[in-house]
Formats: sequence, C-alpha cells, structure tokens
Amino acid sequence: MTWFTFPADNLLCWWLSISITVWLTLLFVFIIVPAVLGVSLGVRRLYMRTLLKIFEWATSRMEMGAKEKNQQLYKPYSSGIIAKEPASSLQQGIQGLRGSASCLRSEFEMADIFYFCRRGVESIVDDEVTKRFSAQELESWNLLTRSDYNFRYISLRLTVLWGLGVLIRYGILMPLRVTLAVTGISLLLVLTTLVGFLPNRDLRFFLSEKVHLLCYRICVRALTAIITYHNRENKPKNGGICVANHTTPIDVIILANDGCYSMVGQVHGGLMGMIQRAMVKSSPHIWFERSEVKDRHLVAKRLGDHVADKTKQPILIFPEGTCINNTSVMMFKKGSFEIGCTVYPVAIKYDPRFGDAFWNSSKFGLVNYLLRMMSSWAIVCSVWYLPPMNREEGEDAVQFANRVKAAIAAQGGLVDLIWDGGLKRAKVKDAFKEEQQKLYSKVLVGEPDQADNKHLEDENPEDDKSH
Amino acid sequence: MGSSSSSMNDVPNGQQLMQETGFSAATILRLYERFDFLDKDKSGQLRPQDFGELRELALNPIGDRIIGSFFSPGQEAVDFTSFVRILAHFRPSETNRTQKEPANSSTRKLKFAFQLYDQDRDGKISRAELLQVLRAMLGMQVTEEQLQSIAERAIQEADLDKDDAISFDEFRKSLEKVNIDHKMSIRFLR
Repeated sequence: MTWFTFPADNLLCWWLSISITVWLTLLFVFIIVPAVLGVSLGVRRLYMRTLLKIFEWATSRMEMGAKEKNQQLYKPYSSGIIAKEPASSLQQGIQGLRGSASCLRSEFEMADIFYFCRRGVESIVDDEVTKRFSAQELESWNLLTRSDYNFRYISLRLTVLWGLGVLIRYGILMPLRVTLAVTGISLLLVLTTLVGFLPNRDLRFFLSEKVHLLCYRICVRALTAIITYHNRENKPKNGGICVANHTTPIDVIILANDGCYSMVGQVHGGLMGMIQRAMVKSSPHIWFERSEVKDRHLVAKRLGDHVADKTKQPILIFPEGTCINNTSVMMFKKGSFEIGCTVYPVAIKYDPRFGDAFWNSSKFGLVNYLLRMMSSWAIVCSVWYLPPMNREEGEDAVQFANRVKAAIAAQGGLVDLIWDGGLKRAKVKDAFKEEQQKLYSKVLVGEPDQADNKHLEDENPEDDKSH
Repeated sequence: MGSSSSSMNDVPNGQQLMQETGFSAATILRLYERFDFLDKDKSGQLRPQDFGELRELALNPIGDRIIGSFFSPGQEAVDFTSFVRILAHFRPSETNRTQKEPANSSTRKLKFAFQLYDQDRDGKISRAELLQVLRAMLGMQVTEEQLQSIAERAIQEADLDKDDAISFDEFRKSLEKVNIDHKMSIRFLR
C-alpha cells in the first residue's frame, strides 16, 4: 500500500517521466533528425534576427538613459585612441620628413629622430599587437554581463530583460546544448568504432564520411552555431591542405560540419584521447606523440605521405599556431607550406554580437570556455572558401605563406599582421630591431655595394659642401 | 580590458589635466584605460619594464630612450598625471591658446626631441651623445668610420658657434624648415 503513503512522490515521478519523454521527443524530432538528414528548419536564423532586434533596443535604452543623466555613453576604444597614418615604409616616412627638396641627399639629418620618436609614442598609446590577444570589444551591448562596460546606465527594464536572458540561457539553452553535446560525442565514439570493424574499404570510407558529418552536425546544433558558407565550389579536395585562421578550438567543428578533413594534432589523454582513437579507426587522421612533435622532418614526412595519397581527405591545419581574437591574422608558420601541394585557404569570421568565440587560453581553461560558449546566445560565423593556391616559381615557403595569409585577411576583413602569434607568450626577437636598423641604414648609406661610392664622396669634402 | 566602466571621477586629477593639456574628456578616459592596461601590477605607477611589454616599441631603435623620456632624472616610476603631461607634447598645436607656453607648442616639441639626444641634460648635444644615437639607430649595419663621418657632417652643419656641440638654439635653427607640428603630432580621436 505504498502509494497511499507517498502520493506526492508518485505524482512527482509521473510528472518527471512525462516531461523527460516530451523533452527527448522534441529534441529528437526537431534537432537530431534534421541533423541526420542534413536539413535545416530555419529556426536558428529566426532566433538570430529576433536577438538582433532585442540588442538594438537595449542599446538605444542605454543611450537614452545616458542622455538623461547628461553624460556620454562610454564607447570602448574599439576603433583606437589615435588615427594612425596609413602604414608607410621607413623610407617613405623619413623621406616625407625631409621634404622633397632634399630627397637627393641621403645623409643623416637631425630631424630623422622625429620619425622614430613619433612611431614609438604612437605604439605606447595604442599598439596593434596587444589588443589582438584579448576579446574584441563591442559597440552595442548584447545582454551578456561579460561584455558590458556601461553598468551605470542600465535601467529597471533592461535589468529585467537581462534577468530573463540569464534564465533562458542557463535554464533552457544550456541544458539543451549539453544534452546535444553529450549525444553528439557518444554517437561519434560508438559509430566510428563500429564503422572501423567493417572489412570492405570503400564501404568504410563512405560510411565514415556520413558518420563524421552526422556527429559534427549535432555538435554544431549543440553550440547553436549559425554558419554561412560562401563559395562552396572552392571546397578543399583530396590530396591538398586546408589552412584557416584560428580563433577557437570550435573552428574544427565549424569546418568539419561541411566536409571531411583529416585532423592533425598531438595525442591527448582522457576523453580527448578516446575520441582521437575512435576517429582514427574509421578515417585516417594524423595524431603525433608528444615526442614526435619536435621532429620537424618526421612531421613533414607524415604530412607529405598523406597528401600524396589522393584517396585521403584534405588535411586541416591552422598555421598561426595559437588562438587570435579574430580581428587580425598573425604570422603563418611555414611548415605546412613547405610540403609542396595545393593549399586551400579558408577564412573564418565570427560575429561577436552573439557571443565571443575567442578562447583566451591564459584566462580560461577549455572546460570553462566550453561552458561559456554554451551559455552565450549563439555562435554566428561566416566561412569563405578561397580559390586554391600553389607555390609559384621562385617563391619560398615564407613568401607563399604570406601570400596565403594576405588572401585570408582580405576576404575575412581582418588586419594582416607580420607578428608571430607566439608573441602572446614570448618577447620580441632582436631580429626585428635589426630589421629596422637595416632599413634606416639603407636610407642613409644606400645598399652595401654602394657604400664604396659613398666613401669616395666622403674623401672629397669640398665637392660635397657645394650643395 | 574594460571589465568595469570608469568615469572622469575615477581618473586622478581628471578635470585639471583636461584644462592643462587640452585633451578632451573622452581622450583622457581612454588614456587612463591604456595606463591601467600597461600597469600590470596595478600600483598606479608605470615602471620601465611595463613599457617593455610593447612589441612595437621593442623594435624601435630608440625605444629605450623614448621610455626614458617619461621618467624624470632619478625617478623610477611615472604616475598617470605625468604620463598624460608627456603625451600632451604630441597633441597637434592650435593657434588660439590661452596658455602662454602650452605643452604642445613647437618649442616644447623640439625640447622633447632635443632631450632624446641630450641624455645627460646639460643643454648641449655633444659629439659622443650624437654618436650614441646614431649607433642606436643604425646598429651594426654601418662601420665605425661611416658612423664618425656621419656625425662629423651633422655637427659641422649645425654647430654655428664651433664649440663641437649642438645647443638647443642651434638645434632649433637647423630644423627651421621642418614642419615640427606635423611631424611630432599624433592625431588623437575626439
């Protein structure tokens, strides 16, 4: 007669089981089935448009609030404190300093110091590099406290809206997303292992492609990522290398959602390691032991062997080597450009209004970062597939890398920087300072083989003094 | 960056700095954010090593001298007020200023540049000091003789009273054709 003693308990169980069933059914019908079939219901885009309208309203409320208090709304210096001159070479800078009358004289002038002085002070006030390693600042508020700078102008209405936002994001969206992520990853583990058992090679390839795409599609929905792919006719083909700018580990999911790639990376332990081992059973990924990573020849050889085999999928590499905050593209490491095969550049640009995708690894660990991603509104990005590039005659790996980098920066609307992403952790090498000194000495004494002519002139001071 | 909003009330001597330097409130606020960003240990003062973090400054041949110019002789740290006062030299100059000798006048800009050469602050650029600057700007790219000849020529041209050093007036005279305001100004937004 237990049901008499605990009626409330029974009711609770009943209610819980019903709601979980409904929840899972909805999940299945509206999210997993379309993911399996590769179809989109258009819900996410509608969601995006609604959110944008709400953000605009929120910002206009804040501006009104600021006007009432007779103060200016503080806009973060996303566009910079100072207007810098368009980047000119050292030669042009010094030439401009001296004026056109004395452009024939390549001698030292006291005024030359102004050029270096101004460049130096400009970089104290605002420099290009340090701001790339922290999250991009937004023009309007997107109802996330993590990106807010104007706390004092938030009225009651906005606070209510923000509270509602918190409830929705943490109460509804996050559990949904976590469920999906868990489903996606477990499906990946199970299905890839199963496919790995199949004896027939062709069937295995075919199925593993389908399985990978399916699981990545579920993961994309787990993050509520709204991706727009452009120029899909340029999609990377077998026997090539795909390079892209790196902002976050999620880049991999975003690209793999649309095509099959072979990943390159270090072997990890734990869950990542399990996933890696499962993935490699059904399709050829390249995982390196920690000790092998240092051996550049080994790395190059394995990559080279992979691209030589035309049946294998294109390799996905991020040549920057570290996560940059998606406002610029930093130096590409030349390793992947030395292999000598076709390079397919891809530009990825995230829209920061819905959630900043940048992973600041010095601030957050990976799990913390993923939780933040799952509690943002959405991850909206555009992916452009650029036409394939090959290394040209007389071009070395570094020049080729820079050419590819420039193309990616131009397409994604990012700033093209010469700096090494490794600068996040290391200091500037003296080589850069030497470079500046070399350029300046060229202005003064010309090319090294012209120095002899200059010496002759120096020995005839009377002739020189005439001008 | 920007985890809490700041206002002019948080900025030390904010109003006074505005009046003195002519920077707008928005610029002072942004400079304060920048100062705060550079001040890694949040002590309210900057030390030379805080500037060393800036990559573009590290590759500037005279980067060390520029950093040094923010610190008065003997001082090891610079606070926000002094920081802004130095930066005020780089504001474009205006024609109708009420102050007699504002920080961004041509003379003050020249003085700033002069002090980059004249490290011992004795009012003259000696031959040795000139050689030091040239060596910094050219590094190992030129030989010792080339360096000496460049310095020799520069001193001969500028040194009018033949005391083998360049005084501030001689410095100013040698630069009379240069548009100081244009070359030593940074365009601050708003």
